[in-house]
Amino acid sequence: MTYEKTGVSLTQRGASLICVLHGEIDHHAARTIRSEIDAEVRRVRPAQLKLDLSQVSFMDSSGLGLILGRYQSAAAVGASLSLLDPNPGVTRVLSVAGIERLIRIERRKP
Amino acid sequence: MKERKSPQNEMRLTLPSHSVNEGIARAAAALFLSQLNPTLTELSDVKCAVSEAVTNCIVHAYRDGIGEIYITMRVYEGREFRVEIRDRGCGIADVGAARQPLYTTDKENERSGMGFTIMESFMDTLRVISSPGAGTKVVMTKRLSPLGRIGK
Repeated sequence: MTYEKTGVSLTQRGASLICVLHGEIDHHAARTIRSEIDAEVRRVRPAQLKLDLSQVSFMDSSGLGLILGRYQSAAAVGASLSLLDPNPGVTRVLSVAGIERLIRIERRKP
Repeated sequence: MKERKSPQNEMRLTLPSHSVNEGIARAAAALFLSQLNPTLTELSDVKCAVSEAVTNCIVHAYRDGIGEIYITMRVYEGREFRVEIRDRGCGIADVGAARQPLYTTDKENERSGMGFTIMESFMDTLRVISSPGAGTKVVMTKRLSPLGRIGK
């Protein structure tokens, strides 16, 4: 059994801050990821905050809390938030909460 | 729901309420469920529901310390999976309110309040038995779809 490394990589691209989340986003993972993203948002003050979910293999409602919390921390610096490429399982969790009514979901792949 | 039948298989697991054990519990559920050859969606749904219940034990039941989480998984004839997650933590004062979407008693830590809603959406049945000071028991079942004739 292999373990994926869970965490986040942060990249600035112009006025966007892109956070690529990796692995399984649960309550255990969300705690450290939350502070890493918020520290960078406060430092960089991007116009757009993008959470790339393409490398997220699993997410539960703690991931929803992480996303909703980042929506608020982005808004605090006047930034928009969007989610990129959630897989089908992650999309199911997002749909239960109706996240797409609040936060844009972008799909780069066909 | 009374237990009328005997399980074909069973696994019992006890884990302390460290948050790293959320992933351990999910992996255990996936491992145990694999004997039924679930679809990817069924596997994902069960992992998520178990993750929610175990997280509740860690975040709420034992919020002020570390306690034991008792997980019992069973499979029954007809491809039925049953999981019980029990704790001896603080208990829930108002189970009806707790099961409402977006209700949480822990907003400061970014709890979305969607845990029970996800358990209800992803499993066939959900029962929550709890009272203050008496711990909590969450029982969920899911009947998996029939096996295809080819593959799976």
